Amino acid sequence: MMKRFFIFLILAIVGYYIVDVVSQIPFGENRVNVGDYYLDKSPSELKVSNTVTAIVVNYRGFDTLGEVTVLFLAATGLASIMFRRKRKGEKDIRAKKASSRIIQIGSQILFPIIILLGAYVFIHGHLSPGGGFQGGVIIATASLLMLISYRKFKVNHSTISWIESIAGIVFVLLGVTGLILGKTFLENFLPTGELNNLLSGGIIGIIYVAVGFKVAAELTGLIDTLLLNNRPEANKEK
Amino acid sequence: MNWLVIPIIVLVILTIAAAIYAVISKNLLYAVVSTGVVSLGLSMFFFILQAPDVALTEAAIGVALTTIIFIITIRNTTEIECCDEKKSKIDVKKGGEK
Amino acid sequence: MMNEFLMISFYGTAIALILIGLYATLAKKNLLKIVIGLSIADSGLNLLFMAIGYVKDGTAPIFSAEVVGKNVVMVDPVPQALVLTAIVIGFAVTAVALSLVMRLYRHHNTAAIDEIKNLKW
Repeated sequence: MMKRFFIFLILAIVGYYIVDVVSQIPFGENRVNVGDYYLDKSPSELKVSNTVTAIVVNYRGFDTLGEVTVLFLAATGLASIMFRRKRKGEKDIRAKKASSRIIQIGSQILFPIIILLGAYVFIHGHLSPGGGFQGGVIIATASLLMLISYRKFKVNHSTISWIESIAGIVFVLLGVTGLILGKTFLENFLPTGELNNLLSGGIIGIIYVAVGFKVAAELTGLIDTLLLNNRPEANKEK
Repeated sequence: MNWLVIPIIVLVILTIAAAIYAVISKNLLYAVVSTGVVSLGLSMFFFILQAPDVALTEAAIGVALTTIIFIITIRNTTEIECCDEKKSKIDVKKGGEK
Repeated sequence: MMNEFLMISFYGTAIALILIGLYATLAKKNLLKIVIGLSIADSGLNLLFMAIGYVKDGTAPIFSAEVVGKNVVMVDPVPQALVLTAIVIGFAVTAVALSLVMRLYRHHNTAAIDEIKNLKW
């Protein structure tokens, strides 16, 4: 009883201070300062239609490199925490019985369509809403669909590893090329085309394609690691 | 913007009710599905705030991937009921109180 | 009038989600409920951040073919870029927390934190 009272007291104090600070920020006022500069320079200098993509990849590109690293560390950490040595004669089981025919046929039809949608989203990241992260997550959802419907669907872990490593290396190499050419890290060194064209924006499109591949491969490997963990009936240890 | 009043009220009530149910419910599977409904309501909020990129990201990550990771955890821990009653030997010792 | 209503609804929902998530983290005894509370508090914070960057009668910051050259008011694009990163990192934190829950269950065979303290020796 005392514990509940103290928890409510803490929540009331935190809530009061948050409301006190946030109510002093007027809602909907036009106080854009740095955003005005980005909204001005993005269609005129960089020739990129999607301003959010230009900020994420070009103006604040270093933060995106950090985010990709955090995702990679999370996937590696998860795989290493869940590691378990196989005992003798233990098989990898996923489900007790197979799915029905409707689910199997339906996922076979949907699988290439979802991959096509994900590829469209990350290739056109600088023209319409979307980008590398969104497209990568959509492709991971497609492979999750196949992993749930079929018990024999296998994901080759070494191929996934190679795709992920090569995509990450491409990202860092593009940044270092900016350094070699005498400018800053992750500087835009390819010619920018016209607005609303597919080949516009210099290296922004190439970076987002690399990020899309990397996120898709990483999340597929993560879900496959989690799904293959044995059920607790096979876990009778300690 | 005046026609948006009723949808915004419905969305606010839906999101907060789903969040309260996710915390209070005793069945863990229902709580996880309610977390997915909170993410869905949040994606609609982002769309009303004129941000299509963020709405796409929240809908893809919050609804699909977070729910599936939670369900895989429930499958591996097999704890369907929340706030597990204590095991039988401690129950006998304390006379059955929580 | 409309502005006041929007302000109360957006800020109010975000703060309510943060407080509900914090309550679940502090007061619940099942490990999975604690991680659910963490995820809900993350979502509330992202909504609060986005609601600060809204400009009245603004539109999405994308220069499609109809909008180029005209003088339209657009919403602030900087908080959107930051919230994009924050959502992905929130998901990564939830995934690692859940893998720790699974490992704890494998070792102690229970998912209530009271029992785990009792089984220490």
